Amino acid sequence: MFAVFRDLIRYNLEFAIGLVLVGIMVIFAALSFFSPVDPTLIYMAIPDQPPSAQYWFGTNSRGQDLFWHLSAAFRNSLGFGITVAVLSRIISISVGLAAGYLGGWVDRVLMFINDIFVAVPIFPILVLFYFVLRNNMDSFTMALILACFGWPFDARLIRSVALGLKHREFTRHAVFAGMSTRKVLLEEHLPYVMPIVFSTFMNNMLWSIGMEVTLAVLGFTNINNPTIGTVLYWANSHSAMVVGTWWWIVIPVILIVMTFLGLFLLAVSMNEYIDPRSRLRRMGA
Amino acid sequence: MHGYLLFVGKRALLMFAVIFFGISAMFLVTYLSPIDPVEQVLGRLSARSNLSPEAIASTREALTAMFGTGQPMHVQYWNFWTRLIQGDLGASLMAFPTPAMELVMRGMPWTLGLLLTSTVITFIVGNLMGGLAGYFQNNRFFKAFGIVTMGLQPIPYYIVAFIILVIFGFLWPVLPISGGFSMDVRPSWTMPFILSVLQHSLLPAFSLVLVGLGGWFIGMRALVSNIVTEDYVTYAELAGVKRETIVSGYVMRNALVPQVTALAMVIGGVFSGTIITEQVFNYPGMGSLLVDAVNAGDYSTVLAVCTVSITAVAFAIFIVDLLHPLLDPRVRTE
Repeated sequence: MFAVFRDLIRYNLEFAIGLVLVGIMVIFAALSFFSPVDPTLIYMAIPDQPPSAQYWFGTNSRGQDLFWHLSAAFRNSLGFGITVAVLSRIISISVGLAAGYLGGWVDRVLMFINDIFVAVPIFPILVLFYFVLRNNMDSFTMALILACFGWPFDARLIRSVALGLKHREFTRHAVFAGMSTRKVLLEEHLPYVMPIVFSTFMNNMLWSIGMEVTLAVLGFTNINNPTIGTVLYWANSHSAMVVGTWWWIVIPVILIVMTFLGLFLLAVSMNEYIDPRSRLRRMGA
Repeated sequence: MHGYLLFVGKRALLMFAVIFFGISAMFLVTYLSPIDPVEQVLGRLSARSNLSPEAIASTREALTAMFGTGQPMHVQYWNFWTRLIQGDLGASLMAFPTPAMELVMRGMPWTLGLLLTSTVITFIVGNLMGGLAGYFQNNRFFKAFGIVTMGLQPIPYYIVAFIILVIFGFLWPVLPISGGFSMDVRPSWTMPFILSVLQHSLLPAFSLVLVGLGGWFIGMRALVSNIVTEDYVTYAELAGVKRETIVSGYVMRNALVPQVTALAMVIGGVFSGTIITEQVFNYPGMGSLLVDAVNAGDYSTVLAVCTVSITAVAFAIFIVDLLHPLLDPRVRTE
């Protein structure tokens, strides 16, 4: 495990940059646990202060210290992304492994459902959920809904790997030794798909945080819960760009770009690492 | 030919399944929600004007009849479908008494136009550049292009659209940042109107293209750089086949097959992006309509937008799937 990390950092610049970016953002988000103010409260600081020694990221028109506010916002958003990714990974692993190993009609039915989920446009459905749930839609409900729609691409990917594993020698040994299907899938096949699970984990986080940003910017979430999206929502609703409080927009945007680039680079470099052909090309062997 | 028909049949089945499933899910969401549409509309109405208790009671009756609530679930479900098939989703609340469907149909050409042009441009440019970058792996220009598009790709649609809005709206105002056409032209098939529409669509389309390019670029580059190492490519090179023929006929064509499959898979996502882009640039399409309808509490219009978008996306995927056999002869003969 550590050898893999060492190799990745040494031979893969993208992985190193991604790791640094994500590391910075995780530390920044973790700082919110030591926040001196409750980030949901408003008018706790002088409004509209530009970045200074006292307020590193300035303060917004709602009288919040942006440093602590953003720190909490990133913690919530990253937490949200991780929740969605974990939940949807569970679905995609079980569907992918079962479809690949069992084959036959199970495979056909699961993949048919899979194709349906790929094709349904999620955004109108999410808006519909908000429309009927209104303030009952907290971030966990949203995470659940997104997880229900976030698995099909990855399930197909996992299935394609599982298909190859099915005819390998060790699978047959395990079956002859009397292992149950559940055990074969969990103990024999799961380790082989773990690399894919890790790289799709990042992609899924990107997707779900992006969805959250979009919904929140339109005001379609609980706007009092600080997240990346709601920070932008409030900045827009106070016309931050027009009244000149540029730091209220620019700083979050820079941090968002850093987070997304970091996660994306991690996903891409892990993907490359999984593919032996591109790994060899990079290591120059 | 037989194989092709079988393929089309399977894909059509999938399309109907998507429409059926999507719309049923929609029905379930509205049915199971704790909020009663009748009370919600009543709340909106009585907030704006003073109504007598009798008027409220009769409005409630009329609304209950319109939404069909109060009946058992399967009856509601059946009614929902019969009304859908007739294209009748009730009157819109925010533009009463215009039917909700008519509002959606008004917005549809804008959204489809934006979606279609930006997807076609993105697909062609992204795959062409990605393919060339995969073939000429040491070319500086393609490497730089790759870094830029890959850097933009993970960033949410909203942020990219917003950055473009700030750049072209505040820092360097050369293009219109809001609306579908200028105020001073009349919507008709005349030159000034068409030019105005094109000019207004530039920025929204540009932001969609920027975000979409990276995915195609990365995918195509990876595919091509694997195909280049295949024996038949080396053989063609040794046999002295012209470079252009190798790139277009031997490498790109084979790599395009999975990319067309992928095109069908991303259309749903691109549609979501279009909705947001419309909102940012205040473009008069279905996305703006959806947001306005949610904010106005307009039940019928929200349902109409969702129905039409699920159907439209499923149909678009079906069309893309039909292109697949043209590229891949194996599907035709199977």
